[in-house]
Amino acid sequence: MTTKRPEAIAAIAGTMRSSVSRRRLLQAAGIGSAAMVAAACGTGGDSEASGEAASAEDMSDTDKTLNWSNWPLYIDVDEDSGVRPTLEAFQSESGVAVTYTEDINDNNEFYAKVRTQLEQGQDIGRDLVVLTDWMAALWIQNGFAQKLDKSIMPNAGNIIPRLKSVSFDPNREYTLPWQSGIAGFGFNKSAYADATGNDKLVTLDQLFDPAIKGRVTLLTEMRDTMGVLLASLGYDPANFTDDEFSSAIELLTNQVDSGQVRQVTGNDYIAALESGDVIGVIGWSGDILALGEDFGFEIPESGGTLWTDNMEIPALAQHKKNAELAMNYYYDPEVAAEVAAYVNYICPVEGAQEAMEALDPELASDEFIFPTQALLDQTFIFMELTVEQNDKYEREFQKTIGN
Amino acid sequence: MVAVVPTAARSGASAPVAQRSSKTGYLLLFPGMAWLGVFFAIPFVTLFMTSLQAPVAGSPGKYQFGLEFGNYASAMAEYWPLFLRSFLYAGIATLLALAIAYPLAYFIAFRAGQWRSLMLVLVIAPSFASFLLRTYAWKTILADEGIITSTLNSLHLLPEGRILNTGIAVVAGLTYNFLPFMILPLYAALEKIDPRLMEAAGDLYASPQTAFRKVTWPLSMPGIVAGTLLTFIPASGDYINAALLGSTGNRMIGNAIQINFIQFRDYPTASALSFVLMAAILVLVFTYIRRAGTEDLV
Repeated sequence: MTTKRPEAIAAIAGTMRSSVSRRRLLQAAGIGSAAMVAAACGTGGDSEASGEAASAEDMSDTDKTLNWSNWPLYIDVDEDSGVRPTLEAFQSESGVAVTYTEDINDNNEFYAKVRTQLEQGQDIGRDLVVLTDWMAALWIQNGFAQKLDKSIMPNAGNIIPRLKSVSFDPNREYTLPWQSGIAGFGFNKSAYADATGNDKLVTLDQLFDPAIKGRVTLLTEMRDTMGVLLASLGYDPANFTDDEFSSAIELLTNQVDSGQVRQVTGNDYIAALESGDVIGVIGWSGDILALGEDFGFEIPESGGTLWTDNMEIPALAQHKKNAELAMNYYYDPEVAAEVAAYVNYICPVEGAQEAMEALDPELASDEFIFPTQALLDQTFIFMELTVEQNDKYEREFQKTIGN
Repeated sequence: MVAVVPTAARSGASAPVAQRSSKTGYLLLFPGMAWLGVFFAIPFVTLFMTSLQAPVAGSPGKYQFGLEFGNYASAMAEYWPLFLRSFLYAGIATLLALAIAYPLAYFIAFRAGQWRSLMLVLVIAPSFASFLLRTYAWKTILADEGIITSTLNSLHLLPEGRILNTGIAVVAGLTYNFLPFMILPLYAALEKIDPRLMEAAGDLYASPQTAFRKVTWPLSMPGIVAGTLLTFIPASGDYINAALLGSTGNRMIGNAIQINFIQFRDYPTASALSFVLMAAILVLVFTYIRRAGTEDLV
């Protein structure tokens, strides 16, 4: 991970960290809005019916616009001009004017923001959203996601085999992956070696080594943290029981109570790694790899959580076809390679690796962007949970981490 | 406020004037009342109703109208320690803020001379930056390798070996963030005190300490009460400081409300917690005002 990362990317990484504050800010705003939502409609939800999502009259042909909500720093940006090259190209090629908003900072927070409108059968003003697997699944279950018209998306077939079928959308009728990533171990190479004498952090025992007590953080994203814990206990995170989850919680409780775990965070852990406050973390592959040579990312020996952020079209979106055109465009291997070169996460498009050869040969052989089968075999996709299970596990997890 | 209107009407000389002024009174009252109604009364009632909602059987995450007072019991059973911690942290932060703010406000009011306005601006200036950014700055200030932490560590003064992500950091953040709300009312109260009163105390053979105790302090009481309330109330409900500067064992009630609203989407529990927080603060505030003996002043 050396090429073209050094200064410019460090700067980007810096902005990415500072987006944390934006994220928090939005969370704060989210509370306000959630309170308003709760207050204004008494959480309503009566009119909501599960099943097929409602569709609106498609204005795509007359009104050539597209409202796209995505996570911050998740698409290629030209550092000098600030324009997004692939997005620009799509606009001039298709004639669709895209309003691209980086307003998804947290799955729950975003859902809290739009939930009431979705439940009351209103357009949320977005034609394309990017949501993590379990949230994407929830939208499909509740009938908030529209079926894709694959006939105008020939490139959709370029999806890599590992992601072709997922439990919540076996034939990818509603979703297409935007990027994937792995939750695993990140560490400050020199500080970790000084403290423990090891040069690689690959097991949970090493993360919970008393030598780095109080210098460890975990992720608030329950699936990412608990997946790694479950796997390290020898359980299958893709298929576990309540008891197994409870033993993983017990393990977590011990480490939290002993002071081994300093904090359980969202994106904040990156800043803490950089400042030296934290030595070892459970974190996300792309973020840590973008930090450069001084930091290491390893998939746990017992396995890391593979997650995907998916493009989805909300119910009643007014420009469904334009959204589908954009999805199709981003499944062109050349375009996907351009995005991948910027974001460092796993590229879900077959053929992008070859396209990357021309762009940057070193990145083309980067297995965290174009993972080998051997690497993917080290990962698991977290079990799909029912709403009740999700509620129960989420509560147990949050309680353990002090909430 | 309502009482003002009839009084004004009665004081009018002739009937038409009285009528006009009474109408004017109501008209003048209208924007404030409407604002309160829309942004306080209605949300207040709906929040209360939300706190009593019952889950819809068979569809988790959905709630409907109900009279589930049990929501309060279960919320309190689970979260009472966070209430205690919130009031403890907010209480310590308030006392610290008072200790820091009083000398500063005193200095600005009586000793700053021509620098007075500049100093007041300096007190307020940090508020021009976002609350969040200022709290983030504290992460850098208190970082493990930072100068404060390493100095204290070399003196073996930190049991946990760090400040960031401990209760100390949370209290420090709260103190810092709400300090201007303490300084400004204190300054306003002190500034109003006639210096001649202190001179008179001196003339009557009061030592400076006695003069302060008998004259300045009592006369600054309205500022102290206002300042402590303006600090304590938002500090109790704050969750940013605990989230950014604290660890797993330092969460406050605001964090619990946040997590229930956003993460669990358990609006009844979150509303119940908000209500208990409001009620608890009201009780604390009333007790405090009574004990401070300043009902007339507030």
